[in-house]
Amino acid sequence: MAAFEAVVTVTLKPEILDPAGEATQGVLHHMGYAVRDLRIGRHIRLTVEAKDAEEAEGLAGQMAEELLANPVMETFRVEVSAL
Amino acid sequence: MRIGVVTFPGSNCDTDTLEALESLDVGVESIWYQDADLAQVDGVILPGGFSYGDYLRSGALAAKAPVMAAIRAQVEEGALPVLGICNGFQILTESGLLPGTLRPNRHGEFRCDWQTLRVVEASPFFPGLMPGELLRLPIAHGEGAFYVPPGTLATVFQQGEAWLQYVDESGLLNAVINPNGSMANLAGIKRGSVAALMPHPERAMADYLGSSDGRRLLSAWLKGIGQEGSYAG
Repeated sequence: MAAFEAVVTVTLKPEILDPAGEATQGVLHHMGYAVRDLRIGRHIRLTVEAKDAEEAEGLAGQMAEELLANPVMETFRVEVSAL
Repeated sequence: MRIGVVTFPGSNCDTDTLEALESLDVGVESIWYQDADLAQVDGVILPGGFSYGDYLRSGALAAKAPVMAAIRAQVEEGALPVLGICNGFQILTESGLLPGTLRPNRHGEFRCDWQTLRVVEASPFFPGLMPGELLRLPIAHGEGAFYVPPGTLATVFQQGEAWLQYVDESGLLNAVINPNGSMANLAGIKRGSVAALMPHPERAMADYLGSSDGRRLLSAWLKGIGQEGSYAG
């Protein structure tokens, strides 16, 4: 077994409203930045034991499906690297 | 008859809910979220609050607690009556026992106010609450915007899962009265023996609190459980 780092990035589906993102974008506008779009997501980094990178990616994906992301409103992306 | 009220780390309406039930002369039992034994109760309430500090997503972590696995099994095998209030509603959608999800309020604010609700659909678990009936109940939430994916809202209505809607004081639907951006002004959803609402019936148990419609709703539920009577934990 080796250790792998997995980064799970959870993002709201494009059709979902993001009040926190809108408020943040509004403040950036107020600060003088011409931001066209801003969406807030979630960055989850975890270390998992697996026999290879493929298994680690599968495990992280499963965790995302079961808990880290809500399929009703979010999508996710998994990136794995060896430690 | 005994009703269990679950306490998760971060629940804060559990004691109020227990007291509200006691005022209706029903036996109550406090259930710790790590316990998976529901043998002593005929129905369960998931109370309001901020389980796990709303970390990850409101209700998401509580939905994986041992008590929820037990509740799911009893709902599927024995139609255990379950009522979710506020955070309890969020936990039930996260656990998949109810459809959809609850998103942060559209305007980005926490909303604490009185709301008028209209019963959309009657339920055998709430005898006497007929379609069109109005209830006045308080809301207090930051994440109460009911959402289902595009194209699936009609199914919620067709399946009889749309239970309560936010309406104006004359009982009419309008967008202005919607306190959080909920799809179709939905405030409550039901599926089988499970029902949930964002407003707090346990805070409206007497006229001197502003309304006794919470008492009506909880009394109806207790009566419904008594009549259904099929569940034997």
